[in-house]
Amino acid sequence: MTSSAVIDKSAPTRTVKLRSMSRDRTWALRWSYFFLTLFAIFALIPPLYMLITSLKTSAEISAATNPWWVYHPTLSNYVELLTSNQFLTFFRNSALVSIFVVTITMLISVPAAFALARMRFWGSATLATGVFLTYLIPETLLFLPLFKMFVVFGELTGIQLINKWYVLLIVYPTLTVPFCTWIMIGYFASIPKELDEAAIIDGATWFQTLTRIFIPVALPGLIAATIFAFTVSWAQFLYPLVFTTSTDQLVLPVGIITTLIKGDVFAWGQIMTGALLGAAPPLIIYAFLMDYYIAGLTAGATKG
Amino acid sequence: MVDVAVERNSAAPAQKARKRVTLRTALKRKSTAAFLMTLPLILLISLLVIYPAFYSLHLATLNKSMQRFVGLGNFQFLFTRETFWLVVQQSCIFAITAVIFKALIGFIVAHFVHNIPAKGQRKWRGMLLVPWVIPPAMSTLAWLWLFDPSYSAFNYLLAGVGVDRIPWTGETGWARFSVILVNIWVGAPFFMIMYLASLKSVPDQLYEAAAIDGANWWQRIWYVTLPMMRNIIAITTLFSLIVTFANFDIVRILTAGGPLDHTHIFATWAFRIGIEGGDIPLGASVSLFMIPILAIAAVFILRDINKRGNEA
Repeated sequence: MTSSAVIDKSAPTRTVKLRSMSRDRTWALRWSYFFLTLFAIFALIPPLYMLITSLKTSAEISAATNPWWVYHPTLSNYVELLTSNQFLTFFRNSALVSIFVVTITMLISVPAAFALARMRFWGSATLATGVFLTYLIPETLLFLPLFKMFVVFGELTGIQLINKWYVLLIVYPTLTVPFCTWIMIGYFASIPKELDEAAIIDGATWFQTLTRIFIPVALPGLIAATIFAFTVSWAQFLYPLVFTTSTDQLVLPVGIITTLIKGDVFAWGQIMTGALLGAAPPLIIYAFLMDYYIAGLTAGATKG
Repeated sequence: MVDVAVERNSAAPAQKARKRVTLRTALKRKSTAAFLMTLPLILLISLLVIYPAFYSLHLATLNKSMQRFVGLGNFQFLFTRETFWLVVQQSCIFAITAVIFKALIGFIVAHFVHNIPAKGQRKWRGMLLVPWVIPPAMSTLAWLWLFDPSYSAFNYLLAGVGVDRIPWTGETGWARFSVILVNIWVGAPFFMIMYLASLKSVPDQLYEAAAIDGANWWQRIWYVTLPMMRNIIAITTLFSLIVTFANFDIVRILTAGGPLDHTHIFATWAFRIGIEGGDIPLGASVSLFMIPILAIAAVFILRDINKRGNEA
């Protein structure tokens, strides 16, 4: 009796509620779009302003006109930078460092991740945790001892590492390898054991299992790790600032900041052009491989 | 079945190896192969991460010319410096404020993105993640130019609505605000993407059940969303706390510690003392102060990861 009464009573209110809910829904949607637009403007102002300034002449930048509008667009900043030997050297150094670091990172972290994910051996669990802990150690803690180490190393062996771009090939892997190993462990561990057991029964060696089965199956993870390694080595600022000083050894971020900012000289058009060109490679990769990029970003904390 | 077959296979060479250990048989053993595969990783971590970490402990006990042992002298000296306490204070203000706002903005934006139809989400997510993709050194340059004392584009807009020009990087309070603002701009998208991923993993039935029970939107967030996302919120916040606390690029480029050392944080001050001032031991002592907060965060992250490992 009572239960039927309750149902009777709730029937009309329910339809009313449903209508108000759908109205709520459209309003929530409008508010969402409104705020998303605000946040997107906030997110895109600096890169847009880079673009605006890069299209201006120095005269227009120092004139008291509206800074948010380009009255006389010109590509002269781009032409100037892309024909300057110095800037091209920075670009080449950055490209070389990033490509080598990505290669080194993959050569170290893929086999290690394979061993840690599949071949249980003494201390493998501790090592996996240790890899993760290493990822948490920031570069700002290590740059001073590393600097001193390289100075001492140079004195002992006569091999000069400080102020050479290839010193970055030694230090960048400390930033990229732990994270890449960590996410590759996650990807490898998610591959069903039956696959590699089947391969081993068919007579494959461990190395063949890795190259014929694990790498092809975990290719999305591999791409995500590669993108991560590339963006980290392209964007790194502290290590090159500490370890390199001569203009022919600098990478892009440090090069732009140390050579284009000259205090009294008004070079903001060129600085913004340089910054935009420096931001371009990661942005282009992101535009084309967004899903892999995001997979790599979220894998670090969600796998484990 | 399979296990037995594999084990018998590997046991036979192992017995032979005991008779005459050649390199070839040793290489065939699984543990040796595994060790060799992880060797580069172990070498890299121990030579370039663990050794420098301990080396910096050693460096911190030397005098400026690094020839005399001074024990805790560097630390005693730091404690008497006013700038040091400024740096401690500013590092805490900087890291805590920035992380709180990054988490809040990330949470709110993730909800808005989650709210709109799935078809448009990709586009919005793509735009909102741009600050995270641009190298921070490059985007901070754009902010520096937006904050320029005489040509600030923000001040131009503010002048349009009748607000006086703001000394974005020239005055202590505003400079602190500016470095935190830029840090939030760079870091909030990371939170957004993490929260969005975890929002998508909350089952719809829970919200339906809550709605049937008559929960309003606030109750839905408080009793359904937050408990389901607790893990990811904790991990992301701790991660970000470490990264923000150890930040260098943004402060270095935007204010270089000024005005009057009021925006220095541990990393930038250690750089100023150690590299620009040439006093490596004192700089190393400064950067060592980052360790306690890192260690605390690391312990919590590890506990969280181990807990989830056990659940799985």
